Amino acid sequence: MSIRMQQRPAGIVDVVVIGAGHSGLAMSRALSQRSIEHVVIERGEVANSWRTERWDSLRLLTPNWMSRLPGFEYQGYDPDGYMTVDEVVDFVTGYAGYVAAPIISGTEVTRVTPAADGYRVSTTRGDWLCRAVVAATGAFNVPVIPPVADGVPTSVSQLTAREYRNPAQLDDGAVLVVGASATGLQLAQEIQHSGRQVMLAVGEHVRMPRVYRGRDVQWWMLNSGILDQRIEELDDPQRGRRLPSPQLAGTPGRATLDLNALQAQGIETVGRLAGIRDGKALFSGSLRNVCSLADLKMNRLLDAFDEWAECNGIATDVETAERFPATEIGASPRLGCDLGSEIKTIVWATGFRPDYSWLDVPVFDRKGHLRHDRGVVDAPGLYVLGLPFLRRRKSSFIHGAEDDVRELSSDLFDYLDRTARRPAAAIGGWW
Amino acid sequence: MNVQERKAENGVNVEALLGAREALTEAPEAAAFKWRATSEWINGTHSRATVDGFFGLGEEQKHRQAFQFDADHPEIFAAEDNGATPVEFILVGLAGCLSAGIASVAQNRNIQLRSVKATLEAGMDLQGILGIDDAVRNGFDGISVYYEIDADATPDEIAALVAQSQKRSAVFDIVTNPTDVTVTTSKA
Repeated sequence: MSIRMQQRPAGIVDVVVIGAGHSGLAMSRALSQRSIEHVVIERGEVANSWRTERWDSLRLLTPNWMSRLPGFEYQGYDPDGYMTVDEVVDFVTGYAGYVAAPIISGTEVTRVTPAADGYRVSTTRGDWLCRAVVAATGAFNVPVIPPVADGVPTSVSQLTAREYRNPAQLDDGAVLVVGASATGLQLAQEIQHSGRQVMLAVGEHVRMPRVYRGRDVQWWMLNSGILDQRIEELDDPQRGRRLPSPQLAGTPGRATLDLNALQAQGIETVGRLAGIRDGKALFSGSLRNVCSLADLKMNRLLDAFDEWAECNGIATDVETAERFPATEIGASPRLGCDLGSEIKTIVWATGFRPDYSWLDVPVFDRKGHLRHDRGVVDAPGLYVLGLPFLRRRKSSFIHGAEDDVRELSSDLFDYLDRTARRPAAAIGGWW
Repeated sequence: MNVQERKAENGVNVEALLGAREALTEAPEAAAFKWRATSEWINGTHSRATVDGFFGLGEEQKHRQAFQFDADHPEIFAAEDNGATPVEFILVGLAGCLSAGIASVAQNRNIQLRSVKATLEAGMDLQGILGIDDAVRNGFDGISVYYEIDADATPDEIAALVAQSQKRSAVFDIVTNPTDVTVTTSKA
């Protein structure tokens, strides 16, 4: 037995929750309500990634009235507004106080390994022993950069959406923004406004108006039941989970952010970045089709809203139905551009993936993805929270934590009951 | 609302395709295919290609029969026009791929097709291949595909069929995205 195993643990609890974001805190509240002994281990402070990994102008994509956590609601004066990053930090910090979560902050989990009767959670400040672990570490830990990035010439600066704060960070000169999710479009717009010419590489994307028939599109998504849609209802759950965030921005003016709006501001749209050859970026000739797919899909969504409004007798409470112009693509979108002489900076807005490098338990598939059934990981007493479409379309939303935590904590309570604790002396021998 | 749904019949075995999708998710090595063609020069710009075997599902496979294709150039190129121009084969491949996709997607969405007609056109400036102007590429400057589809579906549903078939088309991907090409020769 290693020396490490014989060290006195920092503590022994029933459950270790990793991450003091909104999901981890909501789980902590559920555990406290059952008087289950637990700690919430946080590498930084509450809402850490909001404090340290977001760009300055970011606001939530959901209106304030939707921001609620179990037992806790938005209390501000602007229910229709969208929280800034600082406001999100305040909101989540307020929740941490409200639920009086037992947070161990400034402590990074370095490794989780199976141990007798549960898990050993190794941290930068000692090891914890527990029967169950809840990973609430978020879905947006590591920026995903496509392999084509290997071909970017050294004369071009590169940064990811995680490192990006504001346009002042960037060199002068044209910028290629890769990715057409909410992030890509928001950064493209902001950088273009800073006086740098932006080219936006567009693959498959999700288009939505900010306001439809006088209501926030999220009001429609929520009330028509789309956000409550369960993962098991989807024909292709993996695709549902991979869907990029819809092209939305939470601005005070509630302006729609789509490719037409950006092109009107002077941004050039090109196809997906398909390759880099001899210092030249090559763009896919599929731009028209990805825009057509997104337009058709948006119209199906609006049809569903209209039908829901009609069936529920609220069609007269909202403004009349409308359809938006198709995405405009110029006669011949460019298929390539020179990197270095023309483009000075590339901003990768190509998504994120969760980081489970600390999880030393055999629960990964051949592609390295966590094996779990709606948050119940394929190892006894191991759970994950807060991933996109974990259980429902709203799972990664702040208000989505409530239902997921209720269901997952219920599974966790059953697990703890089933595997009733052995007498402490017996466990002590193992540890 | 019509409760009794009619089953579309487009001659596509969707169950087999969905089954293959599931099976190949579990066994990714079986999904690795190799497509092949051989070609032999006949005379002038005329050559004859043969397509016979391919590799897939972990073993060598064969078409029901060998297929042959004559490629040549038209008489205005001072050639004998013994077959389609090679660039026209690209259009043939694209049409074949997209139409197969449309039929499959339609079947999966239970949309009955009555007719699917495609008209393809690709622009090309000969100054490229003739080396007159370096700024002109050899290949197409664009491809347009026009589909005329008669089906039991709304215009948006038809547009979605065509869009989805592009999204899942191999030839569409090949012509819209760069592909690494290696050409070697035996030593004399």
